[in-house]
Amino acid sequence: MTQATPTVPDPGAALPATRLDWIPLALVPAVALGALPFIQSAPTWITLTVAGLAMGTMIFVMASGLTLVFGLMDVMNFAHGAFISIGAYAAASVLAAMTASMQAPSVAANLSAMGLAVATAIALAAALGLFFERVVIRPVYGDHLKQILVTMGGLIVCEQLIHVVWGPDIIPLPRPATFSGALTFGDAAIERYRLLAVLVGCAVFGAMWLVLNRTRLGLLIRAGVENPEMVESLGYRIRRLFVGVFIGGCGLAGLGGVMWAMYQESVNAQMGMQVMVVIFIVIIVGGLGSVGGCFVGALLVGLVANYTGYVVPKLALGSNILLMVLVLLWRPRGLYPVGKA
Amino acid sequence: MPETLLSLSGVNTHIGQYHILQGVDFAVPRGGLTMLLGRNGAGKTTCLRTIMGLWRASAGAIRYDGRDITRTATPELARLGIAYVPENMGIFAGLTVRENLVLAARDGEFDPGRLAWIFGLFPAIQKFWNTLAGNLSGGQKQMLAISRAIVEPRRLLLVDEPTKGLAPAIISNMIEAFKELKRTDTTLLVVEQNFHFARSLGDTVAVMDSGRIAHTGRMDVIASDEGLQTRLLGLSLDSQR
Repeated sequence: MTQATPTVPDPGAALPATRLDWIPLALVPAVALGALPFIQSAPTWITLTVAGLAMGTMIFVMASGLTLVFGLMDVMNFAHGAFISIGAYAAASVLAAMTASMQAPSVAANLSAMGLAVATAIALAAALGLFFERVVIRPVYGDHLKQILVTMGGLIVCEQLIHVVWGPDIIPLPRPATFSGALTFGDAAIERYRLLAVLVGCAVFGAMWLVLNRTRLGLLIRAGVENPEMVESLGYRIRRLFVGVFIGGCGLAGLGGVMWAMYQESVNAQMGMQVMVVIFIVIIVGGLGSVGGCFVGALLVGLVANYTGYVVPKLALGSNILLMVLVLLWRPRGLYPVGKA
Repeated sequence: MPETLLSLSGVNTHIGQYHILQGVDFAVPRGGLTMLLGRNGAGKTTCLRTIMGLWRASAGAIRYDGRDITRTATPELARLGIAYVPENMGIFAGLTVRENLVLAARDGEFDPGRLAWIFGLFPAIQKFWNTLAGNLSGGQKQMLAISRAIVEPRRLLLVDEPTKGLAPAIISNMIEAFKELKRTDTTLLVVEQNFHFARSLGDTVAVMDSGRIAHTGRMDVIASDEGLQTRLLGLSLDSQR
């Protein structure tokens, strides 16, 4: 190897520096501030805003794994809702056995019970995810129609298995004493649990951001989302990476299931399927495969749903569809599109 | 007679219902640069992708350094020292130039001497080190794609149409860079439609037509025989001389 003569001319002018696309991010405060004149009451606006952010962060936790799975391997996994339900039921079982700890007026006792429930939910959802990837997803790689059919079938089977194990009735899931009730700031009342949900959701996003942007594993995942074939050509086994991301995504779905169930204070077998519509909207709004887009999209969906539900209740159901249509008219590939090869 | 590094024997490849490669036979000598030429749709890209394991050969055998790699997985081929630059360059647009190269470096560590050599070949890589690869021009992306393939020492480099869509000035730079690459131990197999580029660099040549090898031989022979060029490659290539 010899040193080349530097005969290659500079082939281009200076390029713009890498910048964050702040416009989609700015939509979140813009939507929040834009809603204020319609709500007219500042305390109500604060309450709705925190509720919207809490809803958004919980949806993000449930959706983030699915968007990575879709981005990495083009897998349409409609059974993701099953992992949400399984996580919620696993937590309900653990918390049912720890009623005393949950009702004790002790932060430590409450947190230890919730921690155990969350760990069980994540572990069970991840284990089910591993089984699901091996048995259901693996035979249908590359075939979207079959993926939709088998994952929808898997979702239905999981729901029926939940009925077999936990019964068909709705199971109440009271919040722990520490996170029941509300904090008041002036005339504004903010539920403690919603603040916890915002904190957990932001922590999950922060951790995912760090992994994706500050580690070699994250670099591989980001590259794999763009061009899995090229990642393989560089010597990495993309399938192993995918299985890891799939299991991680299922674990996050389990965590999201616990959060969502506590938010609703009940668990039912259809909860996963019910929330899947919103999850798909968030993933499409954010840009398929984009974790940052998923986060911003989830916050927008949460805020819009809460504001619309208060201002124009009849539009509440369709508000997220309308949001998705508007975003796609503006950016057809979502807020933060991933450059797929 | 130079030793053979890569050989294809009766290789067939099907993509869906289409029978693309229909018994490809040719050998790539160790060292130097072999050009794989042919008209559009002749099967050149399929041939490279089949070698790289991205499409599976349905029949025939591919041997690399005396080892049968017909069924070897793509990541394993990369670890055996085969690098691939696809026709679309395969750049990760959402990653910086540095990050694109880090992925190709074993254990994520650069060899400083090799990196300096790459900067010498392609100064744009150093200049745009922390720029998103998606913001680069077409020529810069091609430089990045080739840099990524050679950031580690490779034994065989498969390059698919490195001059596609590039301006003549950039093609001249590419020719100089490939000449430098030829001075290393790396063997190159390059698919090309630009006959000027092919003639400037090729030591040996294989010409494909309709999924088969129509001609193999020395590049200087075909370069000096206009009749052979017209018969094998057609006017579309001849006009680019």
